[in-house]
Amino acid sequence: MKISRHSFLRISGITLAAGAARRLAAAIGGKKWAMAVDTAKCARQPNCTKCIDACHQVHNVPAMPDRRHEVRWIAKEPFDRAFREEEDQYSPLRALPAMVLCNHCDNPPCVRVCPTQATFKREDGIVAMDWHRCIGCRYCMAACPYGSRSFNWLDPRPYIHNPNPDFPTRTKGVVEKCTFCSERLGTGRPPACVEACPEKALVFGNLAEPDSPIRKLLASRTHIRRRPELGTGPEIYYVI
Amino acid sequence: MRNRGLIWSGLALFLIFLTLPVWHNLSAGVTAKGPQPVLPKTEKQCVAPLDFMKTSHMTLLMNWRESVVREGGREYTSADGRHYTMDLTVTCLRECHTAKADFCDRCHNYAAVSLPCWDCHLDSKNVLGSKP
Amino acid sequence: MFLVQKALVGSRRYWLWILFLFAVIGAGVFCYLRQLDTGLGITGLSRDVTWGIYIAQFTFLVGVAASAVMVVLPYYLHDCKAFARITILGEFLAVAAVTMCMLFIFVDMGQPARVLNVMLYPTPHSIMFWDMISLGGYLVLNALIAWITLRAEREGVAAPRWIKPVIILSIPWAVSIHTVTAFLYSGLPGRPLWLSAILAPRFLASAFASGPALLILLCMLLGRITGVSFGREPIQKLAVIVTYAMVINVFFVLMEFFTAFYSHLPEHSEPFRYMFTGLDGHTRLAPWMWTSMVLAAVSLVLLLVPAFRHSEKVLAAACGCVFLSLWIDKGIGLIVAGFVPSPLGVVTEYAPSVPEALISLGVWSVGLLILTVLYKIIVSVREAEPDSPHVLSPG
Repeated sequence: MKISRHSFLRISGITLAAGAARRLAAAIGGKKWAMAVDTAKCARQPNCTKCIDACHQVHNVPAMPDRRHEVRWIAKEPFDRAFREEEDQYSPLRALPAMVLCNHCDNPPCVRVCPTQATFKREDGIVAMDWHRCIGCRYCMAACPYGSRSFNWLDPRPYIHNPNPDFPTRTKGVVEKCTFCSERLGTGRPPACVEACPEKALVFGNLAEPDSPIRKLLASRTHIRRRPELGTGPEIYYVI
Repeated sequence: MRNRGLIWSGLALFLIFLTLPVWHNLSAGVTAKGPQPVLPKTEKQCVAPLDFMKTSHMTLLMNWRESVVREGGREYTSADGRHYTMDLTVTCLRECHTAKADFCDRCHNYAAVSLPCWDCHLDSKNVLGSKP
Repeated sequence: MFLVQKALVGSRRYWLWILFLFAVIGAGVFCYLRQLDTGLGITGLSRDVTWGIYIAQFTFLVGVAASAVMVVLPYYLHDCKAFARITILGEFLAVAAVTMCMLFIFVDMGQPARVLNVMLYPTPHSIMFWDMISLGGYLVLNALIAWITLRAEREGVAAPRWIKPVIILSIPWAVSIHTVTAFLYSGLPGRPLWLSAILAPRFLASAFASGPALLILLCMLLGRITGVSFGREPIQKLAVIVTYAMVINVFFVLMEFFTAFYSHLPEHSEPFRYMFTGLDGHTRLAPWMWTSMVLAAVSLVLLLVPAFRHSEKVLAAACGCVFLSLWIDKGIGLIVAGFVPSPLGVVTEYAPSVPEALISLGVWSVGLLILTVLYKIIVSVREAEPDSPHVLSPG
């Protein structure tokens, strides 16, 4: 090798130190990202799919024609599918839509089962995906109790109709899901779905900060989570 | 010796087969000229010293990958104090090296290196690319 | 000295069988190359049913592999001399079965070139990590044990003493491979069909019924087509083991039914209702599961009545019923039904596609090829020296 040992070590060291410093800052600064879905506001526009369209466009999520091969990071489901145990037939909640996405659980079963740590929990609470390491075993999909994850059964590129040149695609054979727009959070922008919602029904924020809008919303309004009895600690709150 | 014709013709055939790469390259007009990547017009100094990049750009990219994906850190400070965002498409290609066909592919094709990077990461032109 | 040479000499029928296996393997390889190129989308799998026959066959075959312990344990720990000539058949069957398991996992991977990531980034909190270790270890153990004991038998000497602790180790290891495989499923909070403490015992019971049943059939087959006979006693003793294991297995399944249906918990009973009566009009699995139940009942009658069990022909039919019933139960029903309904309550059905089925047949043929070659070696050794002494005295 022609590189001087000193330069090589300095370059590597600076890169890794930057990453470690960021981790330390997150741990000290204590971020805990979460999202609240205001179901009543969402219901005001019944046929709206702006959050889905925004997310899928920004992240180059393919539009697969065969339902079996569907890839989706966020979707709109009827209330009684998102909350199957709430069988109360008289409840007004049954008329509400529920946006379902990865819950970025506190205690994620998918992270527990992943044999390569391709899915892992970050310090700031985001359950992240490493698409370089994923072996496509789909164990995480079996483990997720919410149906949040999708697998690339085919090469997604032919099915990406409006590509975003600033974000990679994935390749066939890996699992993907919502990432809480971690690439946007780094530059101070909110997640794409939150930005796109015309009713401002999606509220994203830092639960570790007592004065954040999401903390205030959760303190003042009744809310539920999907299947909390499983002990997963989901961080998507549905304000009802 | 017996079967003289068979042996000599067999040996000749074997030698031709063995030297096939030479004939193939000669007929295809491949010369001893090395790969010629198109160097960036606007920047003269790379994110790291040239010698290091020539031998170890893969290591640098692996470190960037570790940092961005697993540690959430996107800021890179080079040895000469400049700041870059660690991003293959937006920084490496769009800011400096124009397109992968002009730069990356030149050496990779010459050295017959095929990388999975482009299965996911986008080119700056011809964004979704065509399957190789 | 090279035992493998024994597999290179054979009758016309032997070579035709080998050729047939290679043809099926070839078809499987062709389809797998297509799968590598296109992606797992050429299978019948879907976003809701993410594991199908590849993983189901793996689950079933881990059981067959573990069943070697049912001959090793009585012989080496309890001096059951009837199994002296059979243990090696069980060990070689384990080698073939574990190889098939690993191949089935491999063909199911979305990014098979990265499979070594499981070793490069060891993850002790993932059961899949432990599964790889236990399967790999079991393969090495059984291959070593079988090779050493067979070579000793061929030389006409007792096997080296150091093999004894290795054999003893293979006994708990056999139990562990199927327990770990059950743990893949029984710890997932979102899949109520699998979230049952009895899943691991159920797996072991069905393994110890289906594996020895296959072993009985293989012994009978070898007795017919070669000059090697195992006698009546080992087969009858194995039949008793199959009987007990099948009774226990059916009992465990009935326990599952009780908990699911008496509790009236919808999420527990839905997968069972899907399997036997259909859910939301989707009934694709029901004929299979009922066939499995009928075969299980028939096999129990044939096994429990001594007159039937003592008749070789009827016993063969009973073993066939056991194997087929448990193959449907574990190899088709359990894995697919675990995904029905989906976490959002949707029923998505699954059927393997043609390429998927051919790849599976290809993997089975690889296993059968390994089994054929290894059994041919045993047969050739035994035919050459029919009265060699017992290779290792137990105790």
